[in-house]
Amino acid sequence: MNYAADVRALARKDLLLELRARDTLPAMLLFVVAIFVVFHFSLPDRSSDLAASGLLWVAIVFTALLGLGRAFVPEREQRMFDGLVLAPCDRSAIWLAKSIATFAFLALAELVALPVFALFFHGIDGTTVLAFLLADVGICAVGTLVGAMAVVTRARDLLLPLLFLPLAIPILIGGVGASVVASPGRYLLFLALYDALFAVLCWASFEYVVTE
Amino acid sequence: MTVVGRSYRISLPALAAASLVLVTTALVLVFFVAPTDADQGFSQRIFYFHVSIAFTSYLCFGLGAWKALVHLWKRDPNADLESYVGIHQGVIFGSLVLITGSIWARISWGHWWLWSENQLVLFLVLFLFYAAYFMLRFSLDAGPQRANLCAVYALFGVVLIPVSFLAIRLAQRFIHPVVFTRHGAAFGGWIMVTYLVSQAAMIVLAYTLYRIELSGKRLDVRLRELRRAYA
Repeated sequence: MNYAADVRALARKDLLLELRARDTLPAMLLFVVAIFVVFHFSLPDRSSDLAASGLLWVAIVFTALLGLGRAFVPEREQRMFDGLVLAPCDRSAIWLAKSIATFAFLALAELVALPVFALFFHGIDGTTVLAFLLADVGICAVGTLVGAMAVVTRARDLLLPLLFLPLAIPILIGGVGASVVASPGRYLLFLALYDALFAVLCWASFEYVVTE
Repeated sequence: MTVVGRSYRISLPALAAASLVLVTTALVLVFFVAPTDADQGFSQRIFYFHVSIAFTSYLCFGLGAWKALVHLWKRDPNADLESYVGIHQGVIFGSLVLITGSIWARISWGHWWLWSENQLVLFLVLFLFYAAYFMLRFSLDAGPQRANLCAVYALFGVVLIPVSFLAIRLAQRFIHPVVFTRHGAAFGGWIMVTYLVSQAAMIVLAYTLYRIELSGKRLDVRLRELRRAYA
């Protein structure tokens, strides 16, 4: 089997698992809508639309965290890690497949979240959607690797946000910048740069996370 | 598993003496020799320490990441502990950057915290990142897996520094459109000498502390091994 086939098989496994168990995606959807309601009541009357745009990014990052926290749970519970590591494929394929699956969940969650946001707060332009797509790549690339780290520690779920949020601050800056300024070009470029840099780093270092 | 210590060319007492002399000289230069800034007065003198501590902190993080790379690449048995101790020194110096920066911001602008100070914000992000590094490290049992995970996370840090720097610069445009410009006096004469001496003092001090902590940690590991062998 070649690399692409490995990735496809592994990603298919994750998507099938979700399709049958329906663990992650419904939780993410419910969470993001609940967060919007919380935000509505935490934004005072007459606060600007810009504040809501910023909070949208917070909501999406937290929703992503929820999904990332679940990403390696099947591996841990069914003790699948050893099997995956022993499989005759490049270890980075495991990371890539998991990132693709997480990206799919996050994109689906946003497919619902963004229209709901538009309904509750204000409309969203194409630039913001593009910024979300770029940010999702970075969130899933970095989050999957950090998730694989957190799942083997004693603290587990506690550790993931702590490890992930400092790394997500640049994504948030790029994303919020792209959705609030008039000429978002440089912010989109920054997000693309972040994606490229961290994707390469994660791809190269995942092997060390799962092997000794 | 036996931990092999590295032998160093410069002895620890010599290093300690050198840092004592350098730090004293730097203090004398900063308080008595360097000219008082015409614009900001006496408080500007904290800059000699603030800037040199910040640079030293970057060096420590860089050292930590370099040792992490050496661990992953060559499987050097010393590298994991050295990477951890380097990052530990970086965090100590990074906290000092936050403290000195806050003091300076308070005196110059009347606020303990300014989001418009890029350096301060960057160090806050790095502080959070490396605090998470410690959480990761203390949440794992000693062994090859901990060494690997910590090394990978340390490498992320060294990529995060320039990326965050860029991001914080970009954030200025929509969060704080007003950028403070510092039109300082010409950077020469005693100012230059004072800065260079404080910089050297901080680097030597950091290296001395690094070596002290490293030998302490090695002693710990050896003691634990001996106890295990004895039991």
